[in-house]
Amino acid sequence: MNQTIRVPIHTDKDIVAARQKGRALALSLGFSEIDSTLVATAISELARNIVTYAKRGEIQIHAANGNSKGPCIVVVAKDRGAGISNIKLALQDGFSTSGSLGLGLPGVKRLVDEFEIVSNIGKGTIVKFKKWKA
Amino acid sequence: MEVPVLKQGPFLIATVQAALTDEDLVHLRRAMVERVVSARSLGVIIDVTAMDIMDSFASRTLREIAQMIRLRGAETIIVGIQPEVAFAMVQLGITLEGVVTALDLEEGLDYLKQKFDSNA
Repeated sequence: MNQTIRVPIHTDKDIVAARQKGRALALSLGFSEIDSTLVATAISELARNIVTYAKRGEIQIHAANGNSKGPCIVVVAKDRGAGISNIKLALQDGFSTSGSLGLGLPGVKRLVDEFEIVSNIGKGTIVKFKKWKA
Repeated sequence: MEVPVLKQGPFLIATVQAALTDEDLVHLRRAMVERVVSARSLGVIIDVTAMDIMDSFASRTLREIAQMIRLRGAETIIVGIQPEVAFAMVQLGITLEGVVTALDLEEGLDYLKQKFDSNA
């Protein structure tokens, strides 16, 4: 239960590996198909942000104490990239600096129950989310 | 993981077999546009039943495929989006606007056959 799954993120194959590990953990904790897919989709978006903006990073996934319904899943996406200068803007729908859809972070926020982001210019970004068992 | 593409009469059927990487999706986009030209196809079905998720990149690429194929004068139908995948797509804010979808391969084929009134 306290074991942390660590997936190094560098290529698009790592994105698939990270989201599959997240889904497998969610299912093993008794999460529904829908919630497991939400977790996997959120991980996919965060892992792609790492590949696109920071080139390298890591996704960490672990189970933690949740509520009366069961454990929760905690996902941490870390990179040492350039950092995000305006987090408020990055959390607005439609904002993107890479010419993509720009749904990344606000979309991920809607998929999960708790979401936090810390970014330091020149040092990197840490995004953490929690999904409770419904 | 390459996506096999079958020709059935005037239509092409691409069946995704497993989770796709970004590179696989980009490859699929190129392959579909080339095949629709070389086979002079009227319609394309992309069966995504086996896709584990549909994130922003996957949906953008599928929408691009549909748009490119439309410019070529053919129609694309995405079939087999799983219920939990659809749930996550909508939460994420993805609509696949402008792309025809159908429940499964059979309904997708029916749609194309009716539209082109063909005996394929």
